[in-house]
Amino acid sequence: MSDVVLSIRGLSVEIPTRAGVVRPVDGVSYDIRAGEILGIVGESGAGKSMAGNAVIGLLTPPARIAAGEIWLNGNRIDQLKGDAMRRLRGKQIGMVFQDPLTSLNPLLSIGDQLTETMLTHLPISRAEAEKRAVAALEEVGIPGAAERIGSYPHEFSGGMRQRVVIALALCAEPSLIIADEPTTALDVSVQAQIIALLKRLCRDRGTAVMLITHDMGVIAEAADRVAVMYAGRLAELGDVRDVLTRPQHPYTDGLMASTPLASQGKARLHQIEGAMPRLTNIPQGCPFHPRCSYAQDKCRAAPAPEITGGHAACWFPLIAEKVS
Amino acid sequence: MALISVKNLTRVFDVSKPWLNRVIERRAKAYLTAVSDVSFDVQERSTYALVGESGSGKSTIGRMLVGLLRPTEGTVEINGVNLATESDAATVDKIRSDIQMIFQDPFASLNPRWRVRDIIVEPVVARGGDATGLAEKLLEQVGLSALDAGKFPHEFSGGQRQRICIARALSSEPKLIVCDEPTSALDVSVQAQVLNLMSDLKDDFGLTYVLISHDLTVVQHMADRIGVLYLGRLVEEACPEDLFANTKHPYTKMLLEAAPRMDGFGREAELPEGEIPDPINPPSGCAFHPRCPVATDICRRERPEMRKLGDIRVACHLAE
Amino acid sequence: MSDMTQKIPQKSRVRLFLDSDIFYAFKRSPVAVASTIVVSILILSALFAPLIAPTNPFDPASLNLMNGFTGPMAPNAFTGETFLLGTDDQGRDVFSTILYGMRVSLFVGVAAVLFAMVLGITLGLISGYVGGWTETIIMRTADVQLTFPSILVAMLIFGVAKGFTPVEYRDQMAIWVLIVAIGLSDWVQFARVVRGATLVEKRKEYVEAARLIGRTPFAIMLRHILPNVLSPVLVIATISLALAIIAEATLSFLGVGAPPTQPSLGTLIRIGQGFLFSGEWWILLFPAVTLLALALSVNLLGDWLRDALNPRLR
Repeated sequence: MSDVVLSIRGLSVEIPTRAGVVRPVDGVSYDIRAGEILGIVGESGAGKSMAGNAVIGLLTPPARIAAGEIWLNGNRIDQLKGDAMRRLRGKQIGMVFQDPLTSLNPLLSIGDQLTETMLTHLPISRAEAEKRAVAALEEVGIPGAAERIGSYPHEFSGGMRQRVVIALALCAEPSLIIADEPTTALDVSVQAQIIALLKRLCRDRGTAVMLITHDMGVIAEAADRVAVMYAGRLAELGDVRDVLTRPQHPYTDGLMASTPLASQGKARLHQIEGAMPRLTNIPQGCPFHPRCSYAQDKCRAAPAPEITGGHAACWFPLIAEKVS
Repeated sequence: MALISVKNLTRVFDVSKPWLNRVIERRAKAYLTAVSDVSFDVQERSTYALVGESGSGKSTIGRMLVGLLRPTEGTVEINGVNLATESDAATVDKIRSDIQMIFQDPFASLNPRWRVRDIIVEPVVARGGDATGLAEKLLEQVGLSALDAGKFPHEFSGGQRQRICIARALSSEPKLIVCDEPTSALDVSVQAQVLNLMSDLKDDFGLTYVLISHDLTVVQHMADRIGVLYLGRLVEEACPEDLFANTKHPYTKMLLEAAPRMDGFGREAELPEGEIPDPINPPSGCAFHPRCPVATDICRRERPEMRKLGDIRVACHLAE
Repeated sequence: MSDMTQKIPQKSRVRLFLDSDIFYAFKRSPVAVASTIVVSILILSALFAPLIAPTNPFDPASLNLMNGFTGPMAPNAFTGETFLLGTDDQGRDVFSTILYGMRVSLFVGVAAVLFAMVLGITLGLISGYVGGWTETIIMRTADVQLTFPSILVAMLIFGVAKGFTPVEYRDQMAIWVLIVAIGLSDWVQFARVVRGATLVEKRKEYVEAARLIGRTPFAIMLRHILPNVLSPVLVIATISLALAIIAEATLSFLGVGAPPTQPSLGTLIRIGQGFLFSGEWWILLFPAVTLLALALSVNLLGDWLRDALNPRLR
């Protein structure tokens, strides 16, 4: 397929620790196509951010890619080092993090930061870059962009800062944006604005977006496809509507049922017993089996199967009319 | 009678720069009105929820309810006793032991150097009570094991720590627990466990909850009555059915529209206007008017009074 | 009660320490292990000086002036006795004087650091937790004190105290004055670090939980905050110990410290430097090397501790 922007194949990340080598990401594979938002959802410790960091070469040592391949626009990038990775990061991959202040230089005006980024990565003149900087700020909905181009990051509110970061991530015209919990630090009303902005930019420019979040609601509204992660592995991967309305993996099913819904009233919430295993203590076989009410001997013995046919990595995927 | 009665509660913080900076930069003192003229009652054995975004003053109200902060103006009465002015030490002590709090961050709310047993029984021991075997009993009641009493907090996950916090809150046999964002640091599946536990304990112990949250779905699931706060002011108060189906205040409407929905596939939400204003210089009249789609002249001039529309209380000139 | 609690297995503090990351990191750091071994050997030999030292250099009865200026490992020309590290002008065994001198140095160093620590922790906790004017007064005092070099402060205190002490008690008092002088010039950094850590801790919710149940500020500071601000204190205490030992040596070298009747390593170095140019190098060299080894290994240990307790710096 020509329009696959990012392709991850069997990616594993390892961290050597005192208690042995742990694998926060274990054999994860997914693709993101141009103009598509892939939501990566999971609870804390699921390895969702770690996979994103592996793509942009930002794993903190001693964490390292132990296996697998990462392809970006047909080029293999998991073995790139130092400078080559940095150039790629600015040019082809844009990044938006939870805390906008980590991506902005507090000592440079936002106009300078935008212009510098463009001059580094695009063959344009300074005058052209300055013109495009204003356009970029207008595009992300900053009122009075021309006047505010000389302002510094601290002069913006949280929501506006996140817009600046998005403008910065987009200004070198990357083919992929990795957004790691971009709205977690923001209020509900601002979150809705930022999500709408990401959706619009992705659609208009054909940029691929990896949207990492713990919020199922955000995924439902923003993503085209969703990857559900559990204990470093993919539990389920598929079209967002299919996965959320007809989950085949018992974990996704439990996750959906444990979210309070308007329709439910005061009835007890469904709960998945226990908690995500610690990395040092991931169970044999399917990592979810100790918490799974459908688990059978096979689940305890053999690792969960690859996702084939349906969308769940499960020996006994739930079928539409599940027995409850 | 209401267990808690809050009247005209106001809290102002002095956010001025240090004296020397003010003199040099020729700045006046700066004040932030975190809570402004808020009144509500909480019935015994009910769950009252305060919702709002950042800067809405919900946590400040929570801290005033339990006595961690003194009101600038207005009163908080618990069982008819105003803790800020009550002089009888025995009465104050009695009321204080009736109030407990659960905090947002399960990693900061347990002293990392204390064993779980000592943490849980502290409210009892501090009053000179006998705490024999209490920690073990409470741990089992919140779904942990009595064997956990000898461990330190770092050996537990976030959800388990929140259970320990709940056990500590229960140890002094309180009537009222103020829960400040009790599940917002937790994952969804763990949140469900904690919310279920809270519901069970409420019935078992006859508790009253004040639940502070930004999460509408949690509030809707738990609360008997919901107060919506915006910029330190109570803008609407209703039972969940009314609030979600028969919304009166434009801010509440905006909040409900903006919240992401699990079934909102590809939804193009009607986007909220602007952002929350600076609480040091709040807008004139109704604080919401700059973002309000239906605001008129009177909204810019006059701050709306709290009005009763049936069972709903709303502070909006135009609501009907 | 206890039959219930006793059934519950509870890891002891020692067990927890042996399982901790700090101890694991310690075992894997050659520098930390080596400096700990050196420090332990030095401290133990100072503690058991009377058992190890061949002579008691301060017992006039055991001294023989004929043994003066004997070189290390060489028999004395008159008496034929040999001394491991030689003797000084009065025939005192240098090895023994070093062992006894180290006792004085370590005692002064440890006592001064403890004094500075108690003072600094108390003032730091109070200023951090109470705030307001109390904080302003304490911290401004600290600022003012920092503008004086600490040796100068110590000499000033020493000089003033000497003026008030009757002549016959001066030698006895000298050690205690030294401790107070070094301690007073050293409390500021403890106070600053503790105040900083207290400001962080007091905002945490466990402190609010304690306030909520009506714990007094004193109980909160002592039982809740103090245990959580001790790890940076430990680092500073270790580094301060090295500095205090050097400060004591400096003062003694300048002649305002430990008296010749109770010589510390600094006093020994002062005595020894008089003989350097007449060829009796051992009287200076061995005390100096001992001081270096002591201060360096304590310092290395402090540096390692700082890195180990502060993962962000790694």
